[in-house]
Amino acid sequence: MFRNQYDTDVTTWSPTGRLFQVEYAMEAVKQGSAAIGLRSRSHVVLASVNKAQSELSSHQWKIFKVDDHIGVAIAGLTADGRVLSRYMRSESINHSFTYESPLPVGRLVVRLADKAQVCTQRSWKRPYGVGLLVGGLDESGAHLYYNCPSGNYFEYQAFAIGSRSQAAKTYLERRFESFNESSREDLIKDAILAIRETLQGETLKSSLCTVSVLGVDEPFHFLDQESIQKVIDTFEKVPEEEEDGGEAEAEAAAAPAEQGGAGDQDVAPMEM
Amino acid sequence: MTKQHANWSPYDNNGGTCVAIAGSDYCVIAADTRMSTGYSILTRDYSKIHKLADKAVLSSSGFQADVKALQKVLTSRHLVYQHQHNKQMSCPAMAQLLSNTLYFKRFFPYYAFNVLGGLDENGKGCVFTYDAVGSYEKVGYSAQGSGSTLIMPFLDNQLKSPSPLLLPAQDAITPLSEPEAVDLVKTVFASATERDIYTGDKLEIMILKADGIKTEVMDLRKD
Repeated sequence: MFRNQYDTDVTTWSPTGRLFQVEYAMEAVKQGSAAIGLRSRSHVVLASVNKAQSELSSHQWKIFKVDDHIGVAIAGLTADGRVLSRYMRSESINHSFTYESPLPVGRLVVRLADKAQVCTQRSWKRPYGVGLLVGGLDESGAHLYYNCPSGNYFEYQAFAIGSRSQAAKTYLERRFESFNESSREDLIKDAILAIRETLQGETLKSSLCTVSVLGVDEPFHFLDQESIQKVIDTFEKVPEEEEDGGEAEAEAAAAPAEQGGAGDQDVAPMEM
Repeated sequence: MTKQHANWSPYDNNGGTCVAIAGSDYCVIAADTRMSTGYSILTRDYSKIHKLADKAVLSSSGFQADVKALQKVLTSRHLVYQHQHNKQMSCPAMAQLLSNTLYFKRFFPYYAFNVLGGLDENGKGCVFTYDAVGSYEKVGYSAQGSGSTLIMPFLDNQLKSPSPLLLPAQDAITPLSEPEAVDLVKTVFASATERDIYTGDKLEIMILKADGIKTEVMDLRKD
Protein backbone atom coordinates (compact mmCIF):
# COMPACT_ATOMS: atom_id res chain seq x y z
CA MET A 1 0.00 0.00 0.00
CA PHE A 2 2.74 2.47 0.96
CA ARG A 3 5.09 0.87 -1.52
CA ASN A 4 4.85 3.50 -4.25
CA GLN A 5 5.34 6.43 -1.92
CA TYR A 6 8.66 5.36 -0.44
CA ASP A 7 10.33 3.65 -3.35
CA THR A 8 11.75 6.57 -5.33
CA ASP A 9 15.13 6.86 -3.60
CA VAL A 10 17.34 4.13 -2.28
CA THR A 11 17.98 6.39 0.71
CA THR A 12 14.32 6.57 1.72
CA TRP A 13 13.02 4.19 4.38
CA SER A 14 9.45 2.92 4.28
CA PRO A 15 7.37 3.18 7.47
CA THR A 16 7.83 -0.56 7.92
CA GLY A 17 11.62 -0.25 7.86
CA ARG A 18 12.26 -1.41 4.33
CA LEU A 19 14.34 -0.01 1.50
CA PHE A 20 12.20 -0.74 -1.52
CA GLN A 21 14.82 0.13 -4.12
CA VAL A 22 17.04 -2.58 -2.67
CA GLU A 23 14.19 -5.06 -2.76
CA TYR A 24 13.41 -4.10 -6.34
CA ALA A 25 17.06 -4.76 -7.18
CA MET A 26 16.68 -8.26 -5.74
CA GLU A 27 13.70 -8.71 -8.07
CA ALA A 28 16.00 -8.07 -11.01
CA VAL A 29 18.03 -11.09 -9.93
CA LYS A 30 14.93 -13.25 -10.05
CA GLN A 31 14.26 -12.19 -13.64
CA GLY A 32 17.64 -13.34 -14.96
CA SER A 33 18.13 -16.85 -16.32
CA ALA A 34 19.12 -19.49 -13.82
CA ALA A 35 22.54 -20.00 -12.30
CA ILE A 36 23.46 -22.85 -9.98
CA GLY A 37 26.35 -23.60 -7.67
CA LEU A 38 27.26 -26.67 -5.65
CA ARG A 39 30.28 -27.68 -3.66
CA SER A 40 31.87 -30.76 -2.20
CA ARG A 41 34.85 -30.89 0.14
CA SER A 42 37.26 -30.55 -2.75
CA HIS A 43 35.39 -29.14 -5.74
CA VAL A 44 32.97 -26.39 -6.71
CA VAL A 45 30.74 -26.57 -9.77
CA LEU A 46 29.00 -23.53 -11.27
CA ALA A 47 26.41 -23.99 -13.99
CA SER A 48 24.10 -21.69 -15.90
CA VAL A 49 21.39 -21.76 -18.52
CA ASN A 50 22.36 -20.30 -21.91
CA LYS A 51 19.72 -17.77 -22.72
CA ALA A 52 19.95 -15.89 -26.00
CA GLN A 53 18.03 -12.74 -26.91
CA SER A 54 16.99 -14.26 -30.22
CA GLU A 55 17.92 -17.16 -32.44
CA LEU A 56 20.25 -14.86 -34.33
CA SER A 57 22.37 -13.79 -31.36
CA SER A 58 24.86 -15.55 -29.15
CA HIS A 59 24.02 -16.29 -25.55
CA GLN A 60 24.94 -14.22 -22.49
CA TRP A 61 28.11 -15.25 -20.69
CA LYS A 62 27.06 -15.72 -17.07
CA ILE A 63 30.03 -17.50 -15.60
CA PHE A 64 33.38 -15.74 -15.23
CA LYS A 65 36.81 -16.84 -14.13
CA VAL A 66 38.07 -14.60 -11.37
CA ASP A 67 41.28 -16.49 -10.74
CA ASP A 68 42.55 -20.05 -11.00
CA HIS A 69 40.86 -20.79 -7.71
CA ILE A 70 37.72 -18.65 -7.90
CA GLY A 71 34.81 -18.49 -10.33
CA VAL A 72 31.57 -16.53 -10.29
CA ALA A 73 28.14 -17.17 -11.82
CA ILE A 74 25.70 -14.27 -12.11
CA ALA A 75 21.97 -13.71 -12.55
CA GLY A 76 20.23 -10.43 -13.21
CA LEU A 77 21.68 -7.37 -14.93
CA THR A 78 24.59 -9.07 -16.63
CA ALA A 79 26.29 -5.74 -17.33
CA ASP A 80 26.46 -5.09 -13.58
CA GLY A 81 27.76 -8.62 -13.19
CA ARG A 82 30.52 -8.05 -15.71
CA VAL A 83 31.65 -4.91 -13.93
CA LEU A 84 31.71 -6.69 -10.56
CA SER A 85 33.63 -9.60 -12.10
CA ARG A 86 36.24 -7.14 -13.30
CA TYR A 87 36.45 -5.75 -9.76
CA MET A 88 36.88 -9.24 -8.34
CA ARG A 89 39.61 -10.06 -10.84
CA SER A 90 41.40 -6.86 -9.96
CA GLU A 91 41.19 -7.59 -6.22
CA SER A 92 42.48 -11.09 -6.78
CA ILE A 93 45.42 -9.92 -8.88
CA ASN A 94 46.33 -7.20 -6.38
CA HIS A 95 46.23 -9.67 -3.51
CA SER A 96 48.46 -12.12 -5.38
CA PHE A 97 50.87 -9.30 -6.15
CA THR A 98 51.14 -8.14 -2.54
CA TYR A 99 51.00 -11.45 -0.70
CA GLU A 100 52.19 -13.90 -3.38
CA SER A 101 49.32 -16.19 -2.44
CA PRO A 102 45.76 -16.74 -3.66
CA LEU A 103 43.03 -14.52 -2.27
CA PRO A 104 40.89 -16.39 0.27
CA VAL A 105 37.31 -16.57 -0.99
CA GLY A 106 35.81 -15.29 2.24
CA ARG A 107 37.82 -12.08 1.99
CA LEU A 108 36.71 -11.50 -1.58
CA VAL A 109 33.01 -11.86 -0.85
CA VAL A 110 33.21 -9.44 2.08
CA ARG A 111 34.75 -6.81 -0.17
CA LEU A 112 32.09 -7.47 -2.76
CA ALA A 113 29.35 -7.20 -0.15
CA ASP A 114 30.76 -3.94 1.20
CA LYS A 115 30.87 -2.57 -2.34
CA ALA A 116 27.22 -3.49 -2.80
CA GLN A 117 26.28 -1.92 0.53
CA VAL A 118 27.71 1.43 -0.51
CA CYS A 119 25.16 1.57 -3.30
CA THR A 120 22.34 1.16 -0.79
CA GLN A 121 23.37 4.22 1.17
CA ARG A 122 24.13 6.87 -1.47
CA SER A 123 21.35 8.91 -3.00
CA TRP A 124 23.22 9.33 -6.29
CA LYS A 125 23.79 5.61 -6.79
CA ARG A 126 21.60 2.61 -7.40
CA PRO A 127 22.08 -0.94 -6.11
CA TYR A 128 23.79 -3.47 -8.39
CA GLY A 129 21.02 -5.49 -10.05
CA VAL A 130 22.86 -8.78 -10.00
CA GLY A 131 23.17 -11.78 -7.72
CA LEU A 132 26.53 -13.53 -7.64
CA LEU A 133 27.33 -17.12 -6.85
CA VAL A 134 30.99 -17.04 -5.90
CA GLY A 135 32.67 -20.43 -5.81
CA GLY A 136 36.26 -20.92 -4.78
CA LEU A 137 38.92 -22.95 -3.12
CA ASP A 138 41.37 -21.75 -0.52
CA GLU A 139 43.37 -23.06 2.43
CA SER A 140 40.21 -23.64 4.44
CA GLY A 141 38.59 -25.74 1.72
CA ALA A 142 35.96 -25.32 -0.96
CA HIS A 143 33.37 -22.57 -0.57
CA LEU A 144 30.24 -21.34 -2.28
CA TYR A 145 28.81 -17.93 -1.43
CA TYR A 146 25.81 -15.96 -2.63
CA ASN A 147 26.12 -12.17 -2.79
CA CYS A 148 22.90 -10.11 -2.93
CA PRO A 149 22.34 -6.60 -4.24
CA SER A 150 21.48 -5.74 -0.65
CA GLY A 151 25.06 -6.24 0.45
CA ASN A 152 24.30 -9.43 2.31
CA TYR A 153 26.14 -12.63 1.63
CA PHE A 154 25.68 -16.20 2.77
CA GLU A 155 27.63 -19.39 2.47
CA TYR A 156 25.94 -22.39 0.89
CA GLN A 157 26.49 -26.05 0.20
CA ALA A 158 24.42 -25.57 -2.93
CA PHE A 159 22.23 -22.80 -4.26
CA ALA A 160 20.32 -21.62 -7.31
CA ILE A 161 19.35 -18.11 -8.39
CA GLY A 162 17.43 -16.59 -11.26
CA SER A 163 14.17 -17.54 -12.96
CA ARG A 164 12.67 -20.94 -12.10
CA SER A 165 15.48 -21.44 -9.60
CA GLN A 166 12.96 -22.75 -7.08
CA ALA A 167 12.73 -25.99 -9.04
CA ALA A 168 16.50 -26.38 -8.89
CA LYS A 169 16.55 -25.45 -5.19
CA THR A 170 13.98 -28.15 -4.45
CA TYR A 171 16.15 -30.70 -6.21
CA LEU A 172 19.24 -29.51 -4.37
CA GLU A 173 17.48 -29.45 -0.98
CA ARG A 174 16.76 -33.12 -1.34
CA ARG A 175 20.35 -34.08 -2.08
CA PHE A 176 22.66 -31.45 -0.55
CA GLU A 177 23.57 -33.48 2.52
CA SER A 178 25.54 -35.89 0.35
CA PHE A 179 27.39 -33.23 -1.64
CA ASN A 180 30.31 -32.81 0.75
CA GLU A 181 31.46 -36.35 0.07
CA SER A 182 30.47 -36.35 -3.61
CA SER A 183 32.99 -37.18 -6.27
CA ARG A 184 33.80 -34.58 -8.90
CA GLU A 185 31.76 -36.45 -11.50
CA ASP A 186 28.69 -36.79 -9.28
CA LEU A 187 28.85 -33.11 -8.43
CA ILE A 188 28.85 -32.21 -12.12
CA LYS A 189 25.98 -34.56 -12.77
CA ASP A 190 23.96 -33.04 -9.94
CA ALA A 191 24.63 -29.56 -11.31
CA ILE A 192 23.37 -30.52 -14.75
CA LEU A 193 20.33 -32.24 -13.27
CA ALA A 194 19.59 -29.13 -11.25
CA ILE A 195 19.81 -27.08 -14.44
CA ARG A 196 17.37 -29.48 -16.05
CA GLU A 197 14.89 -28.74 -13.28
CA THR A 198 14.80 -25.09 -14.29
CA LEU A 199 14.08 -25.90 -17.91
CA GLN A 200 10.49 -26.93 -17.09
CA GLY A 201 10.17 -29.80 -19.51
CA GLU A 202 12.44 -28.53 -22.27
CA THR A 203 14.77 -31.28 -23.46
CA LEU A 204 18.19 -30.86 -21.91
CA LYS A 205 20.96 -30.39 -24.48
CA SER A 206 24.59 -29.43 -23.90
CA SER A 207 24.06 -26.29 -26.00
CA LEU A 208 21.53 -25.05 -23.44
CA CYS A 209 23.92 -24.94 -20.51
CA THR A 210 27.39 -23.84 -19.47
CA VAL A 211 29.23 -25.75 -16.75
CA SER A 212 32.45 -24.83 -14.98
CA VAL A 213 34.54 -26.72 -12.43
CA LEU A 214 37.32 -25.90 -10.02
CA GLY A 215 38.94 -27.97 -7.33
CA VAL A 216 42.04 -29.19 -5.60
CA ASP A 217 44.74 -29.52 -8.32
CA GLU A 218 42.20 -28.31 -10.88
CA PRO A 219 42.19 -24.62 -11.81
CA PHE A 220 38.90 -23.02 -12.86
CA HIS A 221 37.87 -23.99 -16.35
CA PHE A 222 34.75 -24.56 -18.46
CA LEU A 223 33.64 -28.02 -19.50
CA ASP A 224 33.43 -28.44 -23.26
CA GLN A 225 30.14 -29.31 -24.95
CA GLU A 226 31.19 -32.93 -25.51
CA SER A 227 31.84 -33.61 -21.83
CA ILE A 228 28.55 -32.03 -20.85
CA GLN A 229 26.66 -34.02 -23.49
CA LYS A 230 28.27 -37.24 -22.22
CA VAL A 231 26.94 -36.57 -18.73
CA ILE A 232 23.50 -35.71 -20.12
CA ASP A 233 23.49 -38.95 -22.10
CA THR A 234 23.92 -41.01 -18.94
CA PHE A 235 20.51 -39.98 -17.68
CA GLU A 236 18.55 -38.67 -20.66
CA LYS A 237 18.84 -41.84 -22.75
CA VAL A 238 17.20 -44.27 -20.32
CA PRO A 239 14.76 -42.26 -18.22
CA GLU A 240 12.25 -45.09 -17.49
CA GLU A 241 14.74 -47.82 -16.44
CA GLU A 242 16.24 -48.18 -12.99
CA GLU A 243 19.96 -47.69 -13.82
CA ASP A 244 21.36 -44.14 -14.03
CA GLY A 245 17.89 -43.09 -15.01
CA GLY A 246 17.10 -43.80 -11.35
CA GLU A 247 17.52 -40.01 -11.11
CA ALA A 248 14.66 -39.33 -13.49
CA GLU A 249 12.49 -41.87 -11.68
CA ALA A 250 13.04 -40.25 -8.29
CA GLU A 251 12.11 -36.86 -9.70
CA ALA A 252 9.00 -38.13 -11.43
CA ALA A 253 7.90 -39.64 -8.12
CA ALA A 254 8.89 -36.85 -5.74
CA ALA A 255 7.40 -33.58 -7.06
CA PRO A 256 4.48 -34.45 -9.33
CA ALA A 257 3.38 -30.98 -10.51
CA GLU A 258 6.25 -29.76 -12.74
CA GLN A 259 8.38 -32.91 -12.68
CA GLY A 260 5.49 -34.91 -14.15
CA GLY A 261 5.82 -32.79 -17.26
CA ALA A 262 9.61 -33.28 -17.28
CA GLY A 263 9.12 -37.04 -16.94
CA ASP A 264 6.84 -37.15 -19.97
CA GLN A 265 9.29 -35.12 -22.03
CA ASP A 266 12.06 -37.61 -21.15
CA VAL A 267 10.17 -40.43 -22.80
CA ALA A 268 10.22 -38.76 -26.21
CA PRO A 269 14.02 -38.92 -26.81
CA MET A 270 14.00 -42.64 -26.14
CA GLU A 271 11.34 -43.18 -28.73
CA MET A 272 13.36 -41.35 -31.36
CA MET B 1 79.79 25.42 -2.78
CA THR B 2 79.67 21.92 -4.37
CA LYS B 3 76.40 20.05 -4.61
CA GLN B 4 75.61 17.69 -1.76
CA HIS B 5 75.47 14.11 -2.91
CA ALA B 6 73.56 11.20 -1.47
CA ASN B 7 75.44 9.06 1.05
CA TRP B 8 73.21 6.18 0.11
CA SER B 9 72.16 4.62 -3.21
CA PRO B 10 68.81 2.98 -3.78
CA TYR B 11 70.47 0.65 -6.28
CA ASP B 12 72.87 -2.27 -6.12
CA ASN B 13 74.20 -4.46 -8.89
CA ASN B 14 73.85 -8.18 -8.31
CA GLY B 15 75.86 -9.03 -11.41
CA GLY B 16 75.37 -11.93 -13.78
CA THR B 17 74.89 -12.34 -17.49
CA CYS B 18 71.90 -13.11 -19.71
CA VAL B 19 71.89 -14.32 -23.31
CA ALA B 20 69.18 -15.16 -25.83
CA ILE B 21 69.34 -16.54 -29.37
CA ALA B 22 66.41 -16.79 -31.80
CA GLY B 23 66.10 -19.72 -34.19
CA SER B 24 63.71 -20.56 -37.01
CA ASP B 25 61.30 -22.44 -34.73
CA TYR B 26 62.91 -22.14 -31.30
CA CYS B 27 64.37 -19.62 -28.89
CA VAL B 28 67.17 -20.20 -26.41
CA ILE B 29 67.30 -18.07 -23.27
CA ALA B 30 70.20 -18.55 -20.88
CA ALA B 31 71.57 -16.93 -17.74
CA ASP B 32 74.09 -17.79 -15.05
CA THR B 33 72.85 -18.38 -11.51
CA ARG B 34 75.34 -16.36 -9.50
CA MET B 35 74.01 -13.47 -7.43
CA SER B 36 76.66 -11.17 -5.98
CA THR B 37 77.11 -7.80 -4.26
CA GLY B 38 80.38 -6.01 -4.45
CA TYR B 39 83.09 -8.66 -4.31
CA SER B 40 80.92 -11.11 -2.34
CA ILE B 41 78.66 -13.88 -3.49
CA LEU B 42 75.11 -13.83 -2.10
CA THR B 43 74.10 -17.16 -3.63
CA ARG B 44 75.24 -19.55 -6.34
CA ASP B 45 71.72 -20.70 -7.16
CA TYR B 46 69.49 -17.80 -8.19
CA SER B 47 67.42 -17.95 -11.37
CA LYS B 48 67.37 -14.83 -13.51
CA ILE B 49 64.95 -16.34 -16.00
CA HIS B 50 61.20 -15.86 -15.59
CA LYS B 51 58.40 -17.17 -17.76
CA LEU B 52 55.88 -14.42 -18.39
CA ALA B 53 53.65 -16.17 -20.94
CA ASP B 54 53.58 -19.45 -22.84
CA LYS B 55 55.60 -17.86 -25.63
CA ALA B 56 57.54 -15.14 -23.80
CA VAL B 57 60.38 -15.60 -21.34
CA LEU B 58 62.22 -12.77 -19.64
CA SER B 59 65.81 -12.85 -18.48
CA SER B 60 67.24 -9.87 -16.58
CA SER B 61 70.51 -8.97 -14.94
CA GLY B 62 71.16 -5.94 -12.76
CA PHE B 63 69.52 -5.13 -9.42
CA GLN B 64 67.53 -8.26 -8.61
CA ALA B 65 65.11 -6.50 -6.26
CA ASP B 66 64.06 -4.28 -9.16
CA VAL B 67 64.04 -7.31 -11.46
CA LYS B 68 61.69 -9.16 -9.11
CA ALA B 69 59.39 -6.13 -8.88
CA LEU B 70 59.39 -5.82 -12.67
CA GLN B 71 58.57 -9.52 -13.10
CA LYS B 72 55.66 -9.20 -10.66
CA VAL B 73 54.23 -6.15 -12.43
CA LEU B 74 54.44 -7.87 -15.82
CA THR B 75 52.88 -11.07 -14.48
CA SER B 76 49.94 -9.13 -13.02
CA ARG B 77 49.47 -7.17 -16.25
CA HIS B 78 49.52 -10.45 -18.18
CA LEU B 79 46.70 -11.80 -16.00
CA VAL B 80 44.64 -8.70 -16.78
CA TYR B 81 45.34 -9.18 -20.49
CA GLN B 82 44.23 -12.81 -20.31
CA HIS B 83 40.97 -11.85 -18.61
CA GLN B 84 40.27 -9.21 -21.23
CA HIS B 85 41.33 -11.08 -24.38
CA ASN B 86 40.78 -14.69 -23.36
CA LYS B 87 44.23 -15.67 -24.60
CA GLN B 88 47.90 -15.44 -23.71
CA MET B 89 50.04 -12.47 -24.75
CA SER B 90 52.24 -12.93 -27.80
CA CYS B 91 55.95 -12.22 -27.51
CA PRO B 92 55.83 -8.98 -29.54
CA ALA B 93 52.95 -7.76 -27.40
CA MET B 94 54.87 -8.55 -24.22
CA ALA B 95 57.89 -6.79 -25.71
CA GLN B 96 55.90 -3.57 -26.08
CA LEU B 97 54.41 -3.94 -22.59
CA LEU B 98 57.87 -4.35 -21.10
CA SER B 99 59.10 -1.26 -22.90
CA ASN B 100 56.17 0.80 -21.65
CA THR B 101 56.54 -0.51 -18.12
CA LEU B 102 60.21 0.45 -18.07
CA TYR B 103 59.62 3.93 -19.46
CA PHE B 104 56.84 4.48 -16.95
CA LYS B 105 59.65 4.70 -14.39
CA ARG B 106 61.85 6.91 -16.57
CA PHE B 107 62.81 9.13 -13.64
CA PHE B 108 63.47 6.36 -11.10
CA PRO B 109 64.29 3.43 -13.37
CA TYR B 110 64.18 -0.29 -12.79
CA TYR B 111 67.86 -1.16 -12.63
CA ALA B 112 67.25 -4.13 -14.89
CA PHE B 113 69.00 -5.12 -18.11
CA ASN B 114 66.50 -7.24 -19.96
CA VAL B 115 66.45 -9.76 -22.71
CA LEU B 116 63.05 -11.04 -23.76
CA GLY B 117 62.94 -14.27 -25.75
CA GLY B 118 60.11 -16.24 -27.25
CA LEU B 119 58.15 -17.23 -30.33
CA ASP B 120 56.28 -14.75 -32.46
CA GLU B 121 52.80 -15.19 -33.95
CA ASN B 122 54.26 -17.31 -36.77
CA GLY B 123 56.12 -19.65 -34.46
CA LYS B 124 59.52 -18.19 -35.33
CA GLY B 125 61.99 -17.39 -32.58
CA CYS B 126 62.32 -13.75 -31.53
CA VAL B 127 64.61 -11.90 -29.15
CA PHE B 128 64.13 -8.36 -27.87
CA THR B 129 66.90 -6.48 -26.10
CA TYR B 130 66.41 -3.51 -23.79
CA ASP B 131 68.13 -0.76 -21.89
CA ALA B 132 67.07 0.24 -18.36
CA VAL B 133 64.44 2.74 -19.53
CA GLY B 134 62.67 0.74 -22.19
CA SER B 135 64.46 1.42 -25.45
CA TYR B 136 64.15 -1.86 -27.33
CA GLU B 137 64.88 -3.60 -30.57
CA LYS B 138 64.02 -6.93 -32.14
CA VAL B 139 67.24 -8.81 -32.81
CA GLY B 140 68.41 -12.30 -33.67
CA TYR B 141 70.54 -12.62 -30.52
CA SER B 142 71.62 -10.55 -27.54
CA ALA B 143 73.63 -10.54 -24.32
CA GLN B 144 73.09 -8.31 -21.27
CA GLY B 145 74.80 -7.98 -17.92
CA SER B 146 78.33 -8.07 -16.56
CA GLY B 147 79.59 -10.58 -19.14
CA SER B 148 77.86 -9.00 -22.11
CA THR B 149 80.94 -7.14 -23.34
CA LEU B 150 82.80 -10.46 -23.47
CA ILE B 151 79.98 -12.42 -25.10
CA MET B 152 78.41 -10.02 -27.59
CA PRO B 153 81.44 -9.65 -29.90
CA PHE B 154 81.73 -13.41 -30.13
CA LEU B 155 78.03 -13.80 -30.95
CA ASP B 156 78.46 -11.12 -33.60
CA ASN B 157 81.27 -13.14 -35.07
CA GLN B 158 79.23 -16.37 -35.10
CA LEU B 159 75.72 -15.13 -35.78
CA LYS B 160 75.98 -11.69 -37.28
CA SER B 161 72.64 -10.89 -38.78
CA PRO B 162 72.02 -8.18 -41.37
CA SER B 163 71.08 -4.77 -40.01
CA PRO B 164 67.34 -4.31 -39.45
CA LEU B 165 67.69 -0.91 -41.13
CA LEU B 166 68.50 -2.46 -44.51
CA LEU B 167 65.88 -2.59 -47.23
CA PRO B 168 64.41 -4.99 -48.18
CA ALA B 169 63.96 -6.21 -44.61
CA GLN B 170 66.09 -9.27 -43.92
CA ASP B 171 65.61 -11.92 -41.31
CA ALA B 172 67.51 -11.66 -38.07
CA ILE B 173 66.92 -15.30 -37.24
CA THR B 174 69.93 -17.54 -37.10
CA PRO B 175 70.02 -20.53 -39.43
CA LEU B 176 71.63 -22.58 -36.66
CA SER B 177 69.83 -25.67 -35.42
CA GLU B 178 68.66 -25.85 -31.82
CA PRO B 179 71.42 -28.16 -30.56
CA GLU B 180 74.01 -25.95 -32.27
CA ALA B 181 72.59 -22.84 -30.63
CA VAL B 182 72.56 -24.48 -27.19
CA ASP B 183 76.16 -25.52 -27.71
CA LEU B 184 77.12 -21.99 -28.68
CA VAL B 185 75.47 -20.67 -25.50
CA LYS B 186 77.40 -23.13 -23.36
CA THR B 187 80.64 -22.12 -25.06
CA VAL B 188 80.14 -18.37 -24.60
CA PHE B 189 79.23 -18.75 -20.94
CA ALA B 190 82.23 -20.95 -20.24
CA SER B 191 84.42 -18.24 -21.80
CA ALA B 192 82.72 -15.35 -20.01
CA THR B 193 83.03 -17.18 -16.68
CA GLU B 194 86.80 -17.30 -17.13
CA ARG B 195 87.30 -13.54 -17.19
CA ASP B 196 84.15 -12.03 -15.59
CA ILE B 197 84.22 -12.47 -11.82
CA TYR B 198 80.47 -11.89 -11.55
CA THR B 199 79.58 -14.74 -13.91
CA GLY B 200 79.81 -18.39 -12.89
CA ASP B 201 78.47 -21.18 -10.65
CA LYS B 202 75.74 -22.61 -12.88
CA LEU B 203 74.22 -21.95 -16.26
CA GLU B 204 70.45 -22.21 -16.70
CA ILE B 205 69.24 -22.68 -20.27
CA MET B 206 65.57 -22.50 -21.32
CA ILE B 207 64.62 -23.72 -24.78
CA LEU B 208 61.25 -22.46 -26.01
CA LYS B 209 59.49 -24.30 -28.78
CA ALA B 210 55.91 -24.53 -30.02
CA ASP B 211 55.28 -27.69 -28.01
CA GLY B 212 56.65 -26.37 -24.71
CA ILE B 213 59.62 -25.26 -22.65
CA LYS B 214 62.64 -27.37 -21.76
CA THR B 215 65.15 -26.40 -19.09
CA GLU B 216 68.76 -27.49 -18.84
CA VAL B 217 71.35 -26.71 -16.16
CA MET B 218 75.10 -26.85 -16.66
CA ASP B 219 77.89 -26.31 -14.15
CA LEU B 220 80.24 -23.37 -14.55
CA ARG B 221 83.45 -22.50 -12.76
CA LYS B 222 82.78 -21.44 -9.19
CA ASP B 223 85.76 -19.14 -8.64
